[in-house]
Amino acid sequence: MATKKENTMSKQVLGKIRDIAKGMYDTIRLQKKPEIEMPIRALSNVSYDEREGYFKLLKSVKSRTLTASTIKTFAQTLRMMELSKQLVETDDIATKREAYYVSKNWGDARFREQPESDTVMDDIEAMMGVNREQIGFIPEEKGGAVAGELTVIDQDQDTGKELEIDCTKFGSGAYSIPSSVEHLRFKTKAKFILAIETSGMFERLNKHNYWKKANCILISMGGVPTRACRRFIRKLADEQKLPVYVFCDGDFYGYFNIYRTLKVGSGNAAHINEYFCVPQAQYIGITPQDIIDYQLPTHPLKEIDIKRARDALKNDPFVQHYKAWQKAADQQIKMKARAEQQALAKHGLNFVIDKYLPDKLKNQKTWLP
Amino acid sequence: MAQKTAEELAKKQREISIAEFFEKNRHLLGFDNPRRALMTAVKEAVDNALDACEEARILPEVNVELIQLEETRFRVIIEDNGPGIIRAQLPKIFAKLLYGSKFHKLAQTRGQQGIGISAAVLYGQLTTGKPATIISKTGKGVKAIQVKLKINTQTNSPDVVEEKEVDWDEKEQGTRIEIDMEGAYLKGRQSVDEYLKETSIVNPHCTIIYTNPEANQFIFPRATDQLPPEAREIKPHPYGVELGRLIKMLETSTASTLQQFLTEEFVRVGAGTAKEICASAGLLPTTKTKNMNRDLTENLLKGIQNTKIMAPPTDCISPITAELLERGLRKEINAEFYCSTTRPPAVYRGNPFIIEAALAYGGEQEGDTSVRILRFANRVPLLYQQGACAITSSIQATTWRLYGLQQSKNALPIGPCTVVVHMSSVWVPFTSESKEALAQYPEIIKEIKLALQECGRKLASFVNKKRRINEESKKRSYIEKYIPHVADALKGIVGLTDIQKKQVEDDLCTILEHTRGELEEIGVDNPDYDPELAQIGAEEESEELMDEEEDIPKKKGKPKKEEEDGEGEESFSDYEDSDNDTGERQMKLS
Repeated sequence: MATKKENTMSKQVLGKIRDIAKGMYDTIRLQKKPEIEMPIRALSNVSYDEREGYFKLLKSVKSRTLTASTIKTFAQTLRMMELSKQLVETDDIATKREAYYVSKNWGDARFREQPESDTVMDDIEAMMGVNREQIGFIPEEKGGAVAGELTVIDQDQDTGKELEIDCTKFGSGAYSIPSSVEHLRFKTKAKFILAIETSGMFERLNKHNYWKKANCILISMGGVPTRACRRFIRKLADEQKLPVYVFCDGDFYGYFNIYRTLKVGSGNAAHINEYFCVPQAQYIGITPQDIIDYQLPTHPLKEIDIKRARDALKNDPFVQHYKAWQKAADQQIKMKARAEQQALAKHGLNFVIDKYLPDKLKNQKTWLP
Repeated sequence: MAQKTAEELAKKQREISIAEFFEKNRHLLGFDNPRRALMTAVKEAVDNALDACEEARILPEVNVELIQLEETRFRVIIEDNGPGIIRAQLPKIFAKLLYGSKFHKLAQTRGQQGIGISAAVLYGQLTTGKPATIISKTGKGVKAIQVKLKINTQTNSPDVVEEKEVDWDEKEQGTRIEIDMEGAYLKGRQSVDEYLKETSIVNPHCTIIYTNPEANQFIFPRATDQLPPEAREIKPHPYGVELGRLIKMLETSTASTLQQFLTEEFVRVGAGTAKEICASAGLLPTTKTKNMNRDLTENLLKGIQNTKIMAPPTDCISPITAELLERGLRKEINAEFYCSTTRPPAVYRGNPFIIEAALAYGGEQEGDTSVRILRFANRVPLLYQQGACAITSSIQATTWRLYGLQQSKNALPIGPCTVVVHMSSVWVPFTSESKEALAQYPEIIKEIKLALQECGRKLASFVNKKRRINEESKKRSYIEKYIPHVADALKGIVGLTDIQKKQVEDDLCTILEHTRGELEEIGVDNPDYDPELAQIGAEEESEELMDEEEDIPKKKGKPKKEEEDGEGEESFSDYEDSDNDTGERQMKLS
């Protein structure tokens, strides 16, 4: 069943690649300049609607016409599409880095640095309106770590037989989210998912089996969550109908880069936000108010922090939608301070487990949307 | 220690002769090291020869010969075809410092003070103990006179060691001087070779035949039979006099009234202006000059300063002309671009002057060093003391980054460029008697900067054009490079045949090429270039000697990267970043 579905998808992708190339070929044969069009992937081209729950791509597109100046990018884009076609046809994958190395065979059209090939890859992804895994490219980055009351059902890579992974059985380690999660299924009795910014805090909670105490699933995002991590949380939350609570550092990076990307997606990946976001996520801490309430030790805000906040207040549709976030941002700018998750250790190493998290989870009023 | 009385001390106080003074201060005259001494001696003699020929309206032909007698001893021989010098004047001209015809007049000549050639004789005498030998013949059928001269340094007077009449049949008229002196012959930018070459470049009416100590002969033939206009003498301009000078002039003047004095002794003062000056000074035009005391003279000076007086006449100055300057530059340097300009006359301290500038850019010149500077004053190349010269500081104070050269703040610009500046004036203000650097008068600096800016603007448009053409040819190479990739990838995806692929390549060529016009060629197109000439002075100098060149400003490091920002230099390599390119545009589809 799954294979058949995948086959149809592959056929669609292959069809799209062929259509784009064929269109270009026809235009060239008419001696006209071919164009490619792709949506603009930036915060300026997304809107936020609470009901939809994610950053939705608007209609701005950029088009690239074949000229003397763009011909290199054109050549690289087509080469990359050709590579994608081969990958899909042979059911293979290439990491972004591998794709960059493959380009070294392209003579003058090769990429000099990986960011160049990543950009072309993102362009193709956006142009075709698909997820980059569907065109055969996977990221290098780790998806995130999972611990707690959860069984993940995967397949054995050789036999294709079902494989049950019990996330309570990793001891002081954790289950690592793979780069592609569409085929995974879940079994759980947990009450909620707790997504944590830093692996340090995750380690602490995992070491003391906090997941057992609170009957939850712990997920370490390790900074801004990867696509796979976002998709994993979303799938898990949707399928098991679990609430998602987010626990980050009390700073603007935590609010508007990590939490906002998890909840509604990003500008750069706007064309796929619909599936790669977790609209049900809620922010439990650390909030600016927590810094006051728990008398947390702070660091002064840097110029760049304040700039990030003002930027978000001005340009981020998500922040613009929520008064509560604007108030929180203003409050923190006035405070001129930020606090890390680990700052809770001031009140004792396990204060976070014994007092902070239980308190916060009980009191929904202290959360941010 | 016993105290000394004023009387005892007085025994040691005595007059110093100018010759004694320069004996001890030879560096002031340009004889501070053996290499420079050789160059200075040649320079003084050649300057005199050219001045004499031009004054007598004779097309100059100057023979220069250097003979190495010992390791560090040379015989310097300069012979001209000038009018010759009469017997009575010979000793004073060659063996008395501060004796000459040019000091007391305002006219555009090379020599000014009457020091140079006698200083060379003095230097020869100091270092070898030998007299200088001078032969001069004033016309056909006349015997030539040969004198051997020394300078009595205590009295600053000539000492004729030997005198006789000789036959000099091969020469109709002319003067020949031979001086034995200590010296060092080295090639390079501060050599005799370079000096003579540059002289020939800015004096296209003269022929110079030069035999160097290696017995190589160079002939710099004249390029034109047109002598420069005769240097016309002018009277001083009222704005240029100071109080002491004014008092002296009043004392020596033959005029009886102030009115007469002003109109006779100065340029640009007619009856009307003279009356105006007097009125403004609160003096009657009929005041007797002999009644002018110090205070009244001071009033007169204030009156002059408060009166508007027409600028001095400028037809007394003959610039090289922009055209000849550029032609000379073409001989010397194989560049892609030349330009030159002659400024209108201007005035400093009542002295009229004209600045000319020329540039040669690109071609075979090195791009990562400071620009090369060629300085001239009244058609004389200035090879030393570059750092002290108003020309250098004017170049440094010009913003070359606007014109496509790199430049750190207040430093010489860096780039494949040669900058030529020539000042002609009835009186060139040098910083010292060795006449190698122009003094820093604000009026002169301003004019030099204006001339450089004029050239700079032309340079900028060339540099921009070159940049455009480079970009264009880069784009074209892009097209050729990437068309096969586009076609290849399309072949792979759509499954084209080889014929279809070839068609795609041809079509792409048509699509991308037809919007582009002919590619303009930029390169060196310079039939005037004379490689042998250019080689003179371009030879490497020895390390040891480089150390002696105290006055060449240390080459500053390359400008820091951030200083170049915003210059558009980076745009050369921006093709990979297609997001800023014309082919890309953003639009709203609604």
